[in-house]
Amino acid sequence: MENLANKTAPRSAGDKNPRRRHRPRPAPFQMRVSTKFAPRRPTDGKPLGCTTETSLKPEQMLDLYRYLKLTRLVEERLVNLYRQTKVVGGVFRSLGQEATAVGSAYALAPQDFVTPLIRDLGAVLVKGIRPREIFAQYMAKAWGPSGGRDLNIHFGDIAKGFIGPISHLGDMIPVMTGVLLAARMQKKRTVAVAYIGDGGMSTGAFHEGLNFAAVQRLPLIVVAEYNHYAYSTPTNLQTSVRDLAEKAASYNIPAHIVDGNDVIACYEVTRWAADFARRGGGAVLIEAKTYRRKGHAEHDDQRYVPSGEIEWWEKNNDPLDRFERHLLEQKIATKNKLEEITADVLREIEEDCAWAESSPMPDPEQAAYGVFDNNIVPPALRPEFLKN
Amino acid sequence: MATATKKEHKSARPERGGQATLVEAIRQGIWEEMERDPAVFVIGEDVGLYGGAFKVTDGLIDQFGKERVIDTPISEAAIVGAACGAGLMGMRAVAEFQFIDFISAGFDLLTNYAAKCRYRWGANIPAVFRGPCGSGVRSGPFHSLNAESFFLNTAGLKIVEPSTAYDAKGLIKAAIRDPDPVLYFEHKKLYRLPRLREELPADDYIVEIGKARTAREGRDLSIITFGAMVLTALDAAAELEKEGLDVEVIDLRTLAPLDKAAILASVKKTNRAIVLHEASRTGGIGGEIAATIAEEAFEWLDAPVLRLASIDTPVPYSPPLEDYYLPQTKDVLEAARKLAAY
Repeated sequence: MENLANKTAPRSAGDKNPRRRHRPRPAPFQMRVSTKFAPRRPTDGKPLGCTTETSLKPEQMLDLYRYLKLTRLVEERLVNLYRQTKVVGGVFRSLGQEATAVGSAYALAPQDFVTPLIRDLGAVLVKGIRPREIFAQYMAKAWGPSGGRDLNIHFGDIAKGFIGPISHLGDMIPVMTGVLLAARMQKKRTVAVAYIGDGGMSTGAFHEGLNFAAVQRLPLIVVAEYNHYAYSTPTNLQTSVRDLAEKAASYNIPAHIVDGNDVIACYEVTRWAADFARRGGGAVLIEAKTYRRKGHAEHDDQRYVPSGEIEWWEKNNDPLDRFERHLLEQKIATKNKLEEITADVLREIEEDCAWAESSPMPDPEQAAYGVFDNNIVPPALRPEFLKN
Repeated sequence: MATATKKEHKSARPERGGQATLVEAIRQGIWEEMERDPAVFVIGEDVGLYGGAFKVTDGLIDQFGKERVIDTPISEAAIVGAACGAGLMGMRAVAEFQFIDFISAGFDLLTNYAAKCRYRWGANIPAVFRGPCGSGVRSGPFHSLNAESFFLNTAGLKIVEPSTAYDAKGLIKAAIRDPDPVLYFEHKKLYRLPRLREELPADDYIVEIGKARTAREGRDLSIITFGAMVLTALDAAAELEKEGLDVEVIDLRTLAPLDKAAILASVKKTNRAIVLHEASRTGGIGGEIAATIAEEAFEWLDAPVLRLASIDTPVPYSPPLEDYYLPQTKDVLEAARKLAAY
């Protein structure tokens, strides 16, 4: 690619033009998309595993396995609860794309922030949110973190570095610029990961937020999940670029394309991005290639998906299968060890689900409280006339 | 550094108190709060070196540096989003919209994020969203908005609009210290109006959010209003006094949550009410106030509650058109006379 920026006058202290002397100019543009951890087709006909280029220790890999399994099994339990009509709203699955959220969130330090979207339950769990909170939220219970006021992962826990999203896609990118500006003013070395999808990247807020982050050189890592569908809309109706990573060029920030179903690759790329951002390098865009195997929510019949597509991904490119294969082939864990972890996860889910089910529903009058700091019933709730 | 451009002087720190116009009062308030609390910062378009389109934030960057006085791209989503995110982290943004008309570009984040965070998961967002509002200055459809009724139907946002320099300073300080998001509307016609110049106390003070003010006491008729229309109401009241009509003027100051007690107390005293505002009539705050009076002070009324507001059109540019659009003193006089004779 021809580098047009190099043709402009170089910046120097002796420059006679006062504008050039005093105003910092951005670095010359260069297309920076790394494909080091991008998806590769297996050449030897063997089933896909994970990258072996990693600094992860064996126990960390087992930790990753635990979070992947936890994410999948929590969601499966949610589907059961949904079918028993215990879930009040919808259930949104991340089946087939769990590795992106888990791997990327695992690369962060405890003081770092994530803001997930609905299919990033894995990132929420990695940040230390317990399954019981998720179950209680979905069942609209009083003991849930929002006390029944909002659904699914629409809540947050600032102390754990988790800021929940709202339904409006793209909005969390500008919000995270504020979190990072605050961290800068407070002299903290915090980085943040904001998740977005191929659909959410079409919103104005996404671009406005990332532009601002890039201008301010904020340590914001945007993980863009290319999971092929936004509700029913395929990516070719969403954007005219082939790789979402290309959009980084607009902001002159580096980008990575990563195999989103390889949990180790997701970890490594985010780890690089977090180091880069923390050193003052500014924002980074990571595009994770993955696939959404379930519909938008449980009710969605996926009639818009070509036949055979889901099955292909399930058979050939499931993130858990791939990681399991990797752990066994690389002799990082035995089959027994993995089963032990799974049993442990199931036990936790049983316990937490029972806890959430035992929670009462919220007291109806609680609906009127908590709009402002003072616990007053909002004005004009009921006409005074009716009280006489 | 900031001194690199044509600007040659550094703006001096404003005095504490003393004679001040409305714009100077706001600036004093922000300045003092930034000195008092390192968590307070300013963010917006052209708020730094240029000092804001109306110079409300003039000089702050020299005193507090560009880390606390942040010039943004032209992006209301970035401004509101950043104020929200920083608020979650315990910072207190004073975010500027260059004109309140542009608040529409930040509407989503204001109404869906800032307003709902505390209710949804207990995370309060202490931020002030401020900017010049108001018509009557020949600025046309996109620089004349009164935006309050867009937000009255959103729980979680407080809305204030001062009409005196004293209130402007007291309310901006109260808004900055408030733990929840506050929309702070500044009528641009009042910014430098000599009539509003007044002596401010040198001591720290706030004006409590949620409390109306009696701008003029009277016995015969209440005009409930706010912002620049307070002056219109006071002018009309002075005229009506000559005719033997004793008019009370209530300056709401806070539009959400409304000071119902003050409204009802005044109407119960005078038994007649005009609600006067600049925004268009249909769906305006006047309807809410009139309905409140009808519901809760029906037995005290001697006449119907009248709404005087602008016509239901965009704000036109040309002076004759805009004057027709806006309620004028003569409209208030006519309405008051009719109501008194009812």
